[in-house]
Amino acid sequence: MPHISLSNLTISYGNQKVLQNITVDIPNNEITTIIGPSGCGKTTLLKSLNRLVDLYEEIHVQGEVRIDGANIYDPKADVLALRKKVGFLSQKPYPLPMSIRDNITFGPRIHEMNGKNLLCQIQKLEKHIPIDSLCPNGRQKETKLGKNPEMAYLVEYYLRLAGLWDEVRERLDAPATQLSIGQQQRLALARALAVEPEVVLADEPTSALDPISAQLIEKQFKILKNYYTIVVVTHILRQARRIADYVIFFYLGELVEHGPAEQVFSAPRDPRTRAYISGEIS
Amino acid sequence: MKKRKAEETVFKLLMIASITLILCILAGVLTVIVIKGASSLTLAMLIQTPEGGYYLGKGGGIANAIIGSFYLAFGASLLSLLFGLPVAFALQKEYLSPRLAHLTRLSLDILWGIPSIVYGAFGFIIMVYLGLRASLLGGIIALALLMLPITIRSIEEVIRMTPPELKEISYALGTTRIETTLSVVLRQAIPGIMTGVLLAFGRGIGDAASILFTAGYTDYIPRSLFDPVASLPLAIFFQVATPIPEVQQRAYASAFVLLVIVFLVSLISRLLSRRFSRHMVR
Repeated sequence: MPHISLSNLTISYGNQKVLQNITVDIPNNEITTIIGPSGCGKTTLLKSLNRLVDLYEEIHVQGEVRIDGANIYDPKADVLALRKKVGFLSQKPYPLPMSIRDNITFGPRIHEMNGKNLLCQIQKLEKHIPIDSLCPNGRQKETKLGKNPEMAYLVEYYLRLAGLWDEVRERLDAPATQLSIGQQQRLALARALAVEPEVVLADEPTSALDPISAQLIEKQFKILKNYYTIVVVTHILRQARRIADYVIFFYLGELVEHGPAEQVFSAPRDPRTRAYISGEIS
Repeated sequence: MKKRKAEETVFKLLMIASITLILCILAGVLTVIVIKGASSLTLAMLIQTPEGGYYLGKGGGIANAIIGSFYLAFGASLLSLLFGLPVAFALQKEYLSPRLAHLTRLSLDILWGIPSIVYGAFGFIIMVYLGLRASLLGGIIALALLMLPITIRSIEEVIRMTPPELKEISYALGTTRIETTLSVVLRQAIPGIMTGVLLAFGRGIGDAASILFTAGYTDYIPRSLFDPVASLPLAIFFQVATPIPEVQQRAYASAFVLLVIVFLVSLISRLLSRRFSRHMVR
């Protein structure tokens, strides 16, 4: 059974429908990209998957989004647990107003993970993505572990998982705002992963970044899909071609076409998809 | 073209003139107070309480007023922060509907505009009703009432400047509203909170009318919250009002002390706020 499955999802702001009757399954452990022109509801769709849309006034959601079989719009659904399970990466990275280390430990602390739990969580993840595979130059044992060795290991692991460790290992207590914007986005990735999500949503995660930082993020996504289900909204078609396993094409609030990446890119069925992919509309 | 350039020049001159005027006013106030007050400012004046006949030109000092003003202003700042902070937080759209928030802001702005003598009279009536006499506690409460709208409005102004995306990121990690408020918004707002408290402190320590009936006046340093208390603004008032020139000079010396206190508190809070804004996300 797929992690995420949408059926007849309709979202409207006031009287205006931004998404109409979306029904689609999002495959597990793959990178699904949502493509389409600007303003066609891609971000709204993404934010409906972790109920961030709840924060907007006058928004109305009909239909169902099932994550692990449970409808997340059920009135009894636990929003906090949902958001823990579904990580989110925003368009422009925002570090939390604290140190680099505290940015990572913020989530685990909020969810009261400690000692054994933490270790368990990382060990589970390490079966899929061993820490040594994240250290191309070999891992130096960190000498200073401090009072909370599990938390220190968690910080290192997730920063490595986000490909940021080597750049920040010497200054974990520096304000996160000192990082470059590309580093901030990887920090945001590490921060999102640290609360143990199963799904990672990313809203045009590279649109504010320089090409090299963007490439780093894409590279990490390819590593992460071994364990996580990843949904990326992008309006950069070339990026979708580089990273997508599965593609969903939106046009003016309507789901036009979805399927495996090769098929959608090489043989799109709908004329609108064809026009978008060939660059006639953008 | 000529006309547009002339316009530019006129406005530039206007701005320079206004800025010069402001600086001149500050310089003027400082000069007058220093010239008239510095000569009679002695150590004894700072550390002694008035002796019999002080207001007729005999020995003693204004330590009672200095300490009294500190008690009053710090107590009231603390009290207004204690009650103001929750209100400022509640004005966010997560807690209050925009209409109610608007109404609250309007009420606060009206309260801000109320002359301080009205707070004094109001406080006095309440105290009479409760059977309290003029005391430190009464003064603190009246001052806190006066300071509350200033504290709340200026704190709320900075809280509103928190980028909505930052809150969204925090919610996406599975935090509750109060967790986001306390660990993200509060940190982000600390420098602004300090400015707000300082603004209110400055208004409070310099206000005479609201404490005239509520705090009373005494030549002694209060031993409890229920003792009457002296204050610098009233000390200045009483000394200026005498016909004796030496005592009038002491009034200017007292004004100088008041000025130095406001200046020092402002400096310290600025330094602190720089330290706390290390992590601030811009």
